[in-house]
Amino acid sequence: MMSDALAAPKRSWQRRDRKAQLSVWFGWLIGTAIFVYCFQKISETTIWAFVWDAPAQAADLGARMVPPAWSYIHQLWRPIWDTLNIATMGTLISIVLAVPIAYCAARNTTPSVTFLRPIALFIIVASRSINSLIWALMLVTIVGPGVFAGIIAIGLRSIGFVAKLLYEAIEEIDESQVEAVRSTGASAAQTTTYGIVPQVMPAFAGISVFRWDINIRESTVLGLVGAGGIGLELNAAITQLYWTQVSLMLLVIIATVILSEWVSAKVRHAII
Amino acid sequence: MSLAIEHRRWKKPPLIKRAWLRWTLILGFAVYLALAFNTTNVNWARVWEGLPRGAQFVTAFFPPDFTSRWSEIVEGIAESLWMTVVATAVGIALSIPVGIGAARNIAPLPVYYFCRSVLAVSRSFQEVILAIFFVKLFGFGPFAGFVTLAFATIGFYGKLLAEDIEDMDASQAEAVRATGSSWLQWINYGVQPQVMPRMIGLGLYRLDINFRESAVVGIVGGGGIGATLNTAFDRYEFDSAAAIILIIIFIVMLTEYSSGYLRRWVQ
Repeated sequence: MMSDALAAPKRSWQRRDRKAQLSVWFGWLIGTAIFVYCFQKISETTIWAFVWDAPAQAADLGARMVPPAWSYIHQLWRPIWDTLNIATMGTLISIVLAVPIAYCAARNTTPSVTFLRPIALFIIVASRSINSLIWALMLVTIVGPGVFAGIIAIGLRSIGFVAKLLYEAIEEIDESQVEAVRSTGASAAQTTTYGIVPQVMPAFAGISVFRWDINIRESTVLGLVGAGGIGLELNAAITQLYWTQVSLMLLVIIATVILSEWVSAKVRHAII
Repeated sequence: MSLAIEHRRWKKPPLIKRAWLRWTLILGFAVYLALAFNTTNVNWARVWEGLPRGAQFVTAFFPPDFTSRWSEIVEGIAESLWMTVVATAVGIALSIPVGIGAARNIAPLPVYYFCRSVLAVSRSFQEVILAIFFVKLFGFGPFAGFVTLAFATIGFYGKLLAEDIEDMDASQAEAVRATGSSWLQWINYGVQPQVMPRMIGLGLYRLDINFRESAVVGIVGGGGIGATLNTAFDRYEFDSAAAIILIIIFIVMLTEYSSGYLRRWVQ
């Protein structure tokens, strides 16, 4: 007995066997190679003198930013209100447009799987892959600078997000409830309002509030391309080097974002 | 008695059960909307004037012009891809210590507060605002874009990592600690295997987001395809802009599908 145990080769426990360990190392090797190549490419187009100078620049900028120009806040109420409006009305537009698209995109409610569903899915992908700032860039050249371009940009950008989450919620509903409503002899419209809508309503409200919260954050920057809101003031202050105003606006943005996040978390807790 | 019951009609139960809350919300929202509509100045004349330009923009998609700016487009896309890869790798590497520090169940309180505030700052600023500052500090070009995306990645990835660690099974970590392991061994064998599958998936997702965001940091001077797009708009070359937008949509779809596929394969 004793000799048997002693004769067994002394092996310490290892996490992976040789093959797995080799493939992990190989994966790391390829990953590192890609990383180094990409970094090399970036480094070629970088002026390193600027980069090494950055800490000094940052310290200088930081010194110029304190103290924030508190009295400037009185001129900021209007841009803040505009920013809030861009986010809220943009979200409203996107909700109105996203509902029919989600209805067409969900496999169990779509009127036509071969024709309407692919179109709806394409709209969702296109809207999601273009950032709201790019939408705003386009819309400013089309409808002119101002809050209106911002509202439309936020609306177009949010359609994809709201519709995607909503159609996934529709696809996950309990079919038996719909079946039960239908078996009472309800029409198609009645089946939708009494069988489907109550099931997705909490998810829908949650998605809308969540998107509104994201939109507040996004609408703070739309002004940089001329689409209204606090970004417009921020851009003006940065180009005119009024750093104390800039720092105040950054504080205002943080406060707004934290507040909207808090509201949205509260509402979603209440619903779900 | 029974007659009274028969006359009562069934009504759908409302989403918000407390009547006063429901009505306050509806009324408050109506008042807000009225105010918002009245204070939003829309220059309808300008909108009307711009519509032909909008039509011109839409027709530019049929067909988009891929050829005349092709070399700039390729350069921009390549720059965006480099930025995305480097920023995701560096961002995730930096977010691991921050994420561990921001998990309430393994970090001491001062470290926890410090890491949480780093995450909050990184999350509350839009990438574009960060990009403006980093362009000021590091000069124009993809380096500023890379720093921006890496910083934004810390907020996203660190927060999710912290939440995942907080949700882990404490008994497994306890078992590893009971063997007398050092702190590093404890993290490596007790905590890391529990969060790893989800974190790989989120890393791929963030890669996907970073590519999308790399298209906008260029607008404020952060390099990449955004810079090319901005130039195309500034020159009113709508057909080239249309081509760039189509390429962005195509690449985003590609990364979204492949990262979704990879995530399913990993998990």
